[in-house]
Amino acid sequence: MIPSKEEILRISGVNTRKCMKCGKCSGTCPSYEEMEYHPHQFVDMVEKGEIERLAASPSIYRCLSCFACVERCPRGVEPAKLIEAVRLAVIREQGKDRLTPDDISALADPDLPQQAVVTAFRKYRK
Amino acid sequence: MQKIGVFVCHCGTNIAGTVDVAAVAEALGKLPGVAVAADYPYMCSESGQKMIRDAIREKELGGVVICSCSPRMHEATFRKAAAAEGLNPYLVEIANIREQDSWIHRDRAEATEKAIVLGKAAIEKVKRNAPLTAGESPVVKRALVIGGGIAGIQTALDIAEAGFPVDIVEKEPTIGGKMAQLDKTFPTLDCAACILTPKMVECAQNEKIRIFSYSEVSKVSGFVGNFRVTIRRKARYVDETKCTGCGECTEKCPQKKVPNSFNLGLDNRRAIYIPFAQAVPKVATIDADWCNMLKNGKCGVCAKVCGAGAIDYKQKDTFIEEEYGAIVAATGFRPISLSRYEEYAYGLSRDVVTSLELERLMNAAGPTGGTLLRPSDGKHPHTVVFVQCVGSRCEDGKGKSYCSKICCMYTAKHAMLIREKYPDTEVYVFTIDVRTPGKNFDEFYRRAVEEYGVHYIKGMVGKVLPEPDGSLTVRASDLIANEQLKLSADLVVLAAAVEPDPSARPLATLLTASMDTNDFFTEAHPKLRPVESPTAGVFLSGACQGPKDIPETVAQAGAAAAKVIGLLAKDKLVGNPCVAHSDEMLCNGCSSCEKVCPYGAIHYEEKEFRGPNRTVLKRRVAAVNAAVCQGCGACTVACPSGAMDLHGFSNSQIMAEVDAICR
Repeated sequence: MIPSKEEILRISGVNTRKCMKCGKCSGTCPSYEEMEYHPHQFVDMVEKGEIERLAASPSIYRCLSCFACVERCPRGVEPAKLIEAVRLAVIREQGKDRLTPDDISALADPDLPQQAVVTAFRKYRK
Repeated sequence: MQKIGVFVCHCGTNIAGTVDVAAVAEALGKLPGVAVAADYPYMCSESGQKMIRDAIREKELGGVVICSCSPRMHEATFRKAAAAEGLNPYLVEIANIREQDSWIHRDRAEATEKAIVLGKAAIEKVKRNAPLTAGESPVVKRALVIGGGIAGIQTALDIAEAGFPVDIVEKEPTIGGKMAQLDKTFPTLDCAACILTPKMVECAQNEKIRIFSYSEVSKVSGFVGNFRVTIRRKARYVDETKCTGCGECTEKCPQKKVPNSFNLGLDNRRAIYIPFAQAVPKVATIDADWCNMLKNGKCGVCAKVCGAGAIDYKQKDTFIEEEYGAIVAATGFRPISLSRYEEYAYGLSRDVVTSLELERLMNAAGPTGGTLLRPSDGKHPHTVVFVQCVGSRCEDGKGKSYCSKICCMYTAKHAMLIREKYPDTEVYVFTIDVRTPGKNFDEFYRRAVEEYGVHYIKGMVGKVLPEPDGSLTVRASDLIANEQLKLSADLVVLAAAVEPDPSARPLATLLTASMDTNDFFTEAHPKLRPVESPTAGVFLSGACQGPKDIPETVAQAGAAAAKVIGLLAKDKLVGNPCVAHSDEMLCNGCSSCEKVCPYGAIHYEEKEFRGPNRTVLKRRVAAVNAAVCQGCGACTVACPSGAMDLHGFSNSQIMAEVDAICR
């Protein structure tokens, strides 16, 4: 299931309403030519709730996470964090629930750090 | 017992629509001490006022409560009506049952109940009111204008025109301010100097105006009508009364490496200088940071060449003290520093300039003699890129959250002038929005696009990269085409945000005038008192109040002058009697009130009191200058011993109001 707009906003901590549509993020993006949807469109599409189209686009893997857009946005919108949130949501979706609490006792291994189990929970959302 | 009259206003349906006014009048009429209670559709009308006056006369009322709109609206009206019947105007109280009741509640029963409670509180207060008489103070019929830019110049000229003497204090060696640095002015494209310098000369020649150039205000005391100001006249090492402004010294001075601040460091000047040809006063000034004679005693060329004998290396700062009735702040603005906007390469490449620098590069009296040349190699630029909103509308912690207002128009002007003079030069303007409200302003911008072929692109520049070949690569968004552009430019012009001049903040402290978070002076009311500071007697002119262009500045300067003239035309000022006073027997001399007073109205004095057994005790006690006190009440809250009290709003009155509400 593709996460909702609210969930993307919550994961990223970004407020898309702060965007004044100046396009400085896309003016600065070194990966611009590689992208189907450019940073300013990301912000706009999340604001409009078009998460599904974004999640299906290869653009989310073209972002270099160089954070130039975050650094230069005059309004502090942080587009790269939005892209990261969508990418994360898609990755978490893949494979679905690979680990349920019931599986743990079978997997339990005294040599396995507990943190690994916790991390597994964090990666794959329900 | 004092007889009190209660009058409840309907305000048409404004109050009566939500509050049962007849029930309010009936309930309040039953309270002890209330001799008459009535309601009427419009208390502020002639007949409403007559109703109040008749009641005062016939029932011999000793106090009046009006349940109506905010006291800001009609307190003065009702006080006047009471005074006309011989009742002290400060025995009138207003219960605000409109803004604080009918307008904010829907439920009629609740609103009616609240109106009764507010009325009760006012009745309890008026019972404790004492008749007050406002004091009078004389007015010094001279004004001080701080800042000699177009705002200060216009204010001074208008005040002088009305016949009052004015002093202009300007921190630079000449008046003229930012406008003197401009080339042309929008939207008519007339040359800035041609319209400004006659006004500067008028200031110099007007016998009502004195110009203190190269001077700063260092101390302000007193109050509206009676300010006492100390002005520091900085040592310019030239006797102003002797210097003829011939300029011989500025040509012979051997120190040629001084960055020319008037040209924003785009060229150099000598250590002794006259900022520009039309400077007023046209008097040389020695830059003490660069003068060899002042630094190590080796030179003295200027003194040798000066035919007037005006050079005085031993000159010191002098202080003069003057009295003024009114003070106008006209400290102006400056462009922000762009050091934190590294992406635009300002500071990396000399061919990235600010718009103010471009004004100098295009000005006939500028470093290039008016020919647009790249600062790096002196070549003619063929592609010029303008970047708008650099530091404006920013919430990135580096810029300003506001729109600087003037950039859209001056950039359209620059773009047009470049296209006019150099048709072979391509001009690109990157904008977020084009904001051109104003008479003939949008037409002006459209002319740049339609007649002059300036390329306006909706989108921001993300990065400017200086290339090894001296060109500048501009990476930007074209949002309409949904493209990222890479342009090769010869010159990049940044429309830097404007901010208040840094001298404004310390001045506001001296004047006890309030400022907003951006250090712009705050006006007494954003709509209805736009040229007055909340501090009485202090007025605002020009960009120190907010970003504005020349036409607006001149209009505001005239408005400030009108307010000053209105004040100076009075022979006496009637004060506000609702001021603080201290009970010397309770005061323990702790200074708490002095520290919290935002107006500097409280001072301490040693006083002798009778002690036990015929001894004399000396104690430090607070004293309030009634003319300076604005009656804010901060001291009454701060005073730990309850010695501070406010006339008309005494602690006992406020407690009585609270009691009435809680009962």
